[in-house]
Amino acid sequence: MLPFQAVAAGASDTDVDLDMDEYLYGHVRDSYEWHITTINGKPVSIPLPVIVISRNGNGTHVFSSRHLEEGEYQGFSIASSGKYENKIVEKGPGGSEIRPWDFSITKNVLGLLINSALLLFIVLGTANWYRRHDATEEAPKGGVGIMEMMVTMVEDDIIKDCVGEDYRRYSPYLLTAFFFIFINNLMGIVPFFPGGANITGNIAVTLVLALFTFFTVNLFGNKHYWKEILWPDVPTWLKVPVPLMPAIEIIGMFTKPFSLMVRLFANILAGHFMILGVVAVVFLTAKMGAAVNGGLSAVAVVLGVFMDCLELLVAFIQAYVFTMLSAVFIGLSRQKAKTH
Amino acid sequence: MSLITPDFGLLVWMTLIFGIVFFVLAKWGFPMIIDSVQKRADRINDSIRQAKEAEEKLRNLASEQAMMIEETRKEQSRILKEAALARDKMVEQAKVQAGDEASKILEQARVQIAAEKESAMRDIRKEVALLSVSVAEKVLRKELDSGVNKDELVGRMIDELRS
Repeated sequence: MLPFQAVAAGASDTDVDLDMDEYLYGHVRDSYEWHITTINGKPVSIPLPVIVISRNGNGTHVFSSRHLEEGEYQGFSIASSGKYENKIVEKGPGGSEIRPWDFSITKNVLGLLINSALLLFIVLGTANWYRRHDATEEAPKGGVGIMEMMVTMVEDDIIKDCVGEDYRRYSPYLLTAFFFIFINNLMGIVPFFPGGANITGNIAVTLVLALFTFFTVNLFGNKHYWKEILWPDVPTWLKVPVPLMPAIEIIGMFTKPFSLMVRLFANILAGHFMILGVVAVVFLTAKMGAAVNGGLSAVAVVLGVFMDCLELLVAFIQAYVFTMLSAVFIGLSRQKAKTH
Repeated sequence: MSLITPDFGLLVWMTLIFGIVFFVLAKWGFPMIIDSVQKRADRINDSIRQAKEAEEKLRNLASEQAMMIEETRKEQSRILKEAALARDKMVEQAKVQAGDEASKILEQARVQIAAEKESAMRDIRKEVALLSVSVAEKVLRKELDSGVNKDELVGRMIDELRS
């Protein structure tokens, strides 16, 4: 993500050593402000609203994150180190730092809101085309045509094949998941403002997505699915007296969505790290002389273009894989009993 | 380590946002698109099927037409044959009738000629009788005038008349 932002941020750092940790983690973690660029050593960023509910009776506070730049504000500050590094903390009893209920509109939350609005605009706009036109008489062109192609692709290639018979019930969820992940992945690659937030590379986001799949699978699982978990078709001694297979199956219930969560999170995060790393070469070699710096910078730019293209591919593949595996898990929970 | 610890606030926001997006899209977004595309696919399939049927019908129509032409031709030749037959029959009948009529007329003519002939013969006979009477009268008168055997002659003639 954000080679431009990195270039801008790095430009002012050429006189000081580049703090690699801060550079990498600063770009991928969530934050209370949206850092856009740094001009003449002065960061330009959008302050975002902080919403915290104190846990030691200090009440609910809503204020701009601008106030936290100088340090403590209304009893809250951003921890500079320790367990809650870079998070808002308050002083607990005994002077220790405790974490309040923190519902701040952070960079990721704002990114989610922007991307969701964009997604709603695109999909509802597409749906609106069908409302205004007779789809049996004409086919859409342009953007609506692309959306139709993608929706049809997901519907026909993933959902219909993996879920099976009653796929129609699940296609709204799976389509939403696909396009939600896809648009957030894509926006994560865009290096400047409305994009650039590392949303699908955030574990909380992928956790919620995985939980949605988990509940969809387990709430609508049929009798055969539960029988396969609690009384699988294996030799009896594997089930009684020690319920070995049921235990494995129950663990499997949770490892499936867990793998979904980690896969998406790790892929997107790693992609961002790779691009950031490639861009960092430009600044790390700044002190090695013009020839080395220039040569390696050229290499870094070529590699960066390659990585960005790769990330475009990964953005699509990860959305595809998440949707497909969710569809497969749903399909497994809807399977009818086979005659063995 | 904060990278792999899910933040509670973000968790809540994400659940809320994704839930709303899901609700809105599942209600007004995707079903509309999917249904419309499905409808179009159905229609295209229908159209193809109908076109095939129409083609089939057209092909049947052509063969039907050929059959009809064939039938008409057969009918035509049958009618022509019948007409020829009827004509022949009529001519034959006319011939027979004409023959009958002619023979009838001939018969009548013959009868009439016979009758004419009869009456003519009768006339001639009458004439001949009258002629012979007058000849006989003349002969008789001449004999009587000569006066020879006058009485004998009258007597013989009366005898002849008596007999």
